[in-house]
Amino acid sequence: MIESHSLTKRYGGRTAVQDVSFTCETGTVTGFLGPNGAGKSTTLKMLCGLTPASSGSATVLGSPFANLTNPGRRVGVLIDASAQHAGRTGRETLAVSASLLGVRPARVDEMLELVGLDGSAGDKRVGHYSLGMRQRLGIAHALLGDPEALILDEPANGLDPEGMRWMRGLLGDFAARGGTVLLSSHLLHEVEAIADRLVIIADGRIVGEGTADELLGGGAKTLVRARDVHGLRLALREADVDFIDGQDGGLLVNASADDVGDVALCSQVALSELRNAHDGSLEQLFFSLTSTGSDDLSQEVAR
Amino acid sequence: MSAVATIEREATPRARVRDDRRPGMARLTRVELRKMFDTRSGFWLPIGVALVTVATVLTTVLTGHAENHTFSHVFGNALIPTAILLPLIGVLLVTGEFSQRTALTTFALVPSRARVMWAKLGASVVCSVAALALCLAVAAAGTALGSGGPGVWTVHAVLLPQAFVYLATAMITGVAFGAALLVSAPAIVMYLLLPTIWSALANNIHGLHGVANWLDASQSLAPMIRHSLSATSWAHAAATLAVWTVLPLAIGWWRVMRRDVG
Repeated sequence: MIESHSLTKRYGGRTAVQDVSFTCETGTVTGFLGPNGAGKSTTLKMLCGLTPASSGSATVLGSPFANLTNPGRRVGVLIDASAQHAGRTGRETLAVSASLLGVRPARVDEMLELVGLDGSAGDKRVGHYSLGMRQRLGIAHALLGDPEALILDEPANGLDPEGMRWMRGLLGDFAARGGTVLLSSHLLHEVEAIADRLVIIADGRIVGEGTADELLGGGAKTLVRARDVHGLRLALREADVDFIDGQDGGLLVNASADDVGDVALCSQVALSELRNAHDGSLEQLFFSLTSTGSDDLSQEVAR
Repeated sequence: MSAVATIEREATPRARVRDDRRPGMARLTRVELRKMFDTRSGFWLPIGVALVTVATVLTTVLTGHAENHTFSHVFGNALIPTAILLPLIGVLLVTGEFSQRTALTTFALVPSRARVMWAKLGASVVCSVAALALCLAVAAAGTALGSGGPGVWTVHAVLLPQAFVYLATAMITGVAFGAALLVSAPAIVMYLLLPTIWSALANNIHGLHGVANWLDASQSLAPMIRHSLSATSWAHAAATLAVWTVLPLAIGWWRVMRRDVG
């Protein structure tokens, strides 16, 4: 279990992360989602004690990270795959940490094999690795101590579609065996398929949290368009159905597509589009939640 | 009952008892020693130090006067380039963590940064013992090659511990400059230049002559590898080390403890 309690980070007058609280339950994958610069990395670094929090606290597996006696044996951390010594080979990078953690040396080769860096790739210097290879090395490093929890910052960055599929399988399996996973991304589609829960951050604040269904539930369910938007609005109001204005004159209606169709037929409003807003709407939701944040930011900058 | 417990334990691997002991200082020091030499620069730097030491010793015994071909003189000459170059390994041991950003890994595995710094200092001392052995061996071989003569092998026993202090403090100074500046290039340049600039100033500005004895490494530390130090000389050496080693180490320690890594 990973818990963040009101984590806040201020740099001078600027607040990078404000009052961030969330919980990652044991045996689940939590996707930590937000645009670049939203405060994801800062939050993860505060969780791992790499950056002191201005206020708030966090616990990993029940205690503050810095109080874990041999953290690498309990929590696998990957903050930045490029943060490895360019002059060290991939195998040596793992071997150094293996000797520090006290894991048996054979585990180094097992992990290299697991991430597909066995053979000559492991003997190349990290400076010659592609981003995807560094990412794989970073994941191997995080798994080295056979941990109970994983904290991964943008682990899919630089992976090809095949690599992403592989990683999804790996993390899903890890969670299925009772592990706790927290991974961040700025791309919804990277975490959507694997995360049990999403925590969405924008401009340093949590703007949404829950399962995909929870995030979408309570909001509009059906997207409907008509040439006669005015007539459609009247009809929906008369039928006592909640709706909000969507983009390009479309309406997002809190009712099933069947019901909206019935309402339109009764009022003789011809529809030009009627579909379930669920399809791809998590992306829409993500966009609307996070772009509000950056609007605030641009307003602040404009001021 | 116990069979059930065993099955459960295997079914939930996350819950099993694991080796969760804190890595001891000996292990941390071994790891830091390994990190000194397992990079590209860590491979070539020691080779460079060894080559320069051998070259210095050969030059000493093959040229100059026969009275300079004694073991203690050759040994002293071998120590000088070693004490200048070896600390670059110490500089890089700290700056590498920040320039190469491995601190993200190091401090995630060992949250106590003070323990990491102690391990780096420990590794530096071990490294200087190895360098001392190298200087002894190369100097002995060089002396044997030399012109020989009576009393060539006569050595003041105290030279050995003094040589150790000379090398170990040089190495720690490297770590200190690395920690104080955190970036490889400036740290190396400052480590090499600052004491030299100070020495040049102290030698040429009359008003600084009195201070030079105390703070100029080329005057206060150099005797350490030549003859037994008097109490006054030790005081001079200690004052120099306080300024060039302890002060940057204190600044560096403070910076490393507080540094936002990332």
